[in-house]
Amino acid sequence: MSSTNIHVHHVTRIEGHADIDVILSDGRIEKVLWSVTESPRLFEVMLRGRDYGDVAHVASRICGICSIAHSLASIRATEKAFGIEVSRQSEKLRSLLFHAEVLESHILHAYFLAAPDFLGVDSAVSLASSDEDALRRAMRLKRLAYVLAEELAGRKTHPISCVVGGFAKLPDPRRLEAVLTALRDSLADLERTVDLFASLEMPDFARETEYIALTDPHEYAFLSNTVASSDTGSSPIEAFVEEIEEFCVPHSTAKYARHRRPSYMVGALSRFNLSHDRLRTRAKDAAERLGLVAPCHNPHANTSAQVVECMHAAEESISILEELLGAPLSSPRVEVVPRAGRGIGVVEAPRGLLIHDYTYEASGAIASANCIIPTNQNHGNIQADMEALLPSLVDPSEDEIRHRLEVLVRAYDPCVSCSTHALRVRVGRTEARGARP
Amino acid sequence: MTPRAGRVRKPGVAFFDFTCCEGCQLDALNLTEDQIMDLLRAVEIVEFREVKTGGCESYDISFVEGSIAREEDADRLRDIRERSKTVIALGACAHIGGVNCLRNLVPADAALQEVYGDAAGDYDILDTVLPIDAVIDVDYVIPGCPINPEEFARTVADLLLGKEPRLPRHPVCVECKMAGNLCVFEKGQTCVGPITRAGCKAICVTAGRHCWGCRGLVDDPNIDAQREILDDAGLTVEQILEEFRIYFSCGKEAL
Ligand code: SF4
Ligand code: SF4
Ligand code: SF4
Repeated sequence: MSSTNIHVHHVTRIEGHADIDVILSDGRIEKVLWSVTESPRLFEVMLRGRDYGDVAHVASRICGICSIAHSLASIRATEKAFGIEVSRQSEKLRSLLFHAEVLESHILHAYFLAAPDFLGVDSAVSLASSDEDALRRAMRLKRLAYVLAEELAGRKTHPISCVVGGFAKLPDPRRLEAVLTALRDSLADLERTVDLFASLEMPDFARETEYIALTDPHEYAFLSNTVASSDTGSSPIEAFVEEIEEFCVPHSTAKYARHRRPSYMVGALSRFNLSHDRLRTRAKDAAERLGLVAPCHNPHANTSAQVVECMHAAEESISILEELLGAPLSSPRVEVVPRAGRGIGVVEAPRGLLIHDYTYEASGAIASANCIIPTNQNHGNIQADMEALLPSLVDPSEDEIRHRLEVLVRAYDPCVSCSTHALRVRVGRTEARGARP
Repeated sequence: MTPRAGRVRKPGVAFFDFTCCEGCQLDALNLTEDQIMDLLRAVEIVEFREVKTGGCESYDISFVEGSIAREEDADRLRDIRERSKTVIALGACAHIGGVNCLRNLVPADAALQEVYGDAAGDYDILDTVLPIDAVIDVDYVIPGCPINPEEFARTVADLLLGKEPRLPRHPVCVECKMAGNLCVFEKGQTCVGPITRAGCKAICVTAGRHCWGCRGLVDDPNIDAQREILDDAGLTVEQILEEFRIYFSCGKEAL
């Protein structure tokens, strides 16, 4: 008997470094292992002792692609610890800023990271010769999201103006008018995005799991304090964090998490499964055209759910902007008085539930911090999907194994920078004959 | 590869990332549609793990993002250096260690223990996080956390034209005044702009905050600093550095 190992070292087109190892024995899959190999970042240590005014600045640097989500989770944690409530206008501006990041992050993943697998190219850059139109459309949409975030917070990557208590500076309404017009114009680009992704064939695979996301009775939630599970219903975030268990696994520099079952899923598909009835009109229509019906148990459909959310994000942003621009913007910030205590800040980052849990000293310095990152909550589910997917393949070649696993992992849009931070697939084979060196 | 008649070989550009948030490589592409299409016509992106499958043996220009936190990363970085004609540090993490250096304020084993508990022994990290020039020779730097996309585009254009890319030598305060901002010292706050290298248009002050120093020190802080501002505030260069630890904890920037 002999074995072959397939190893995908540093899986490409994901955020950060991770590996996949597969051991095949007599043609059977003996073992598959998803592991995060990124260097440990140790943010919890870096945050300790920081003054509240600098905390979001540092926490934002956990991840460049979802820095708005990290900033806002951080700021919300601090505000809860200090017992601060921000103005309704600040909440609206934050929601707008958040939707800009959802749009940007999903366009990046859908067009640049996921689509090449289905279009048979090595990167979206190759589209420059095969479908320049699609590439330009993706760049336009990304750029628009950047511009919106820049108007609101000075910068998309590591936003500056959103601070504990509200905003350090208010946006210029005339410039927001221009963004509003651009957003209305972008709906046509988004409709074509839906058409493109509706034409791609998603791999046929399903495995039911526990779906977890924030929820709100009135809207498709990105900023809320209530968590919903497809298994156990809704609970306040404070209760939910007591229910989940974070744990370390050998060979992985990322932590894992479990709730009621051995693994659960967070991200666009979970949100869609739990809140699809609160999507805006065009987004609902997009879901229909993409063939997305809740509850959907195919993790590959996460990309379709992201496309649906892009449409929703644009519609929601237009609506928020129309409301904000209907009246003059007022004083941006409430007074901040630090106090000792714990605060849990939670948001639906583009990749799923993101929790910052801080304990402050009376001086306003952080005594301890814990960050529970979406990708870490998905690691266990990625592993379980791999274990379910491989036996369903009929006599697969090594290349096919490698390809299918990479496509599966990319559908999750893992952000390994966040989860410490890269992807490799290693396939090993144990065969009865033809031993390999 | 030999150039073919009528078609000059395009320079091969690669992006590599180490310990960081990957925000700089994303911002490198935060250009207008036309700027990106021009860039793609002028260079060949031969390696960019985050957006592209496949790699290459040697590179004309390598952009390296992130700090070095493990011996295996230092080895990978040395290998990249050997295969690259020009190496450019992309962003504060690569340039001065970035926010990662906050970890250097705590001993490495204690830091691992705090995050991974009993599993701490499974992880192997360097005692201190390093900027990339602590491991290899670096040709140019694009500073900032994150980088300024325009500065990135200008640096690439300079290199393609065979010009030396140059960084501003004056402090952030100069740009801050040009932007018409009220100095935050006048509002009773402190700011490290007087000793930080300009090039970001003082974006953080314009957006309502202060400068944190993400672009690193001016060449000679004791000479190039915006002294009046520091003097008026009764601060020395050492004192202000002591107050701003986030980007100045890697030791390298100590005077
Ligand atoms: S310099 Fe800042 S933006 Fe760039 S990779 Fe490092 S943390 Fe991210
Ligand atoms: S000290 Fe800071 S706020 Fe004042 S001028 Fe310099 S950069 Fe601007
Ligand atoms: S103002 Fe200071 S902290 Fe902000 S980008 Fe410029 S150098 Fe960096």
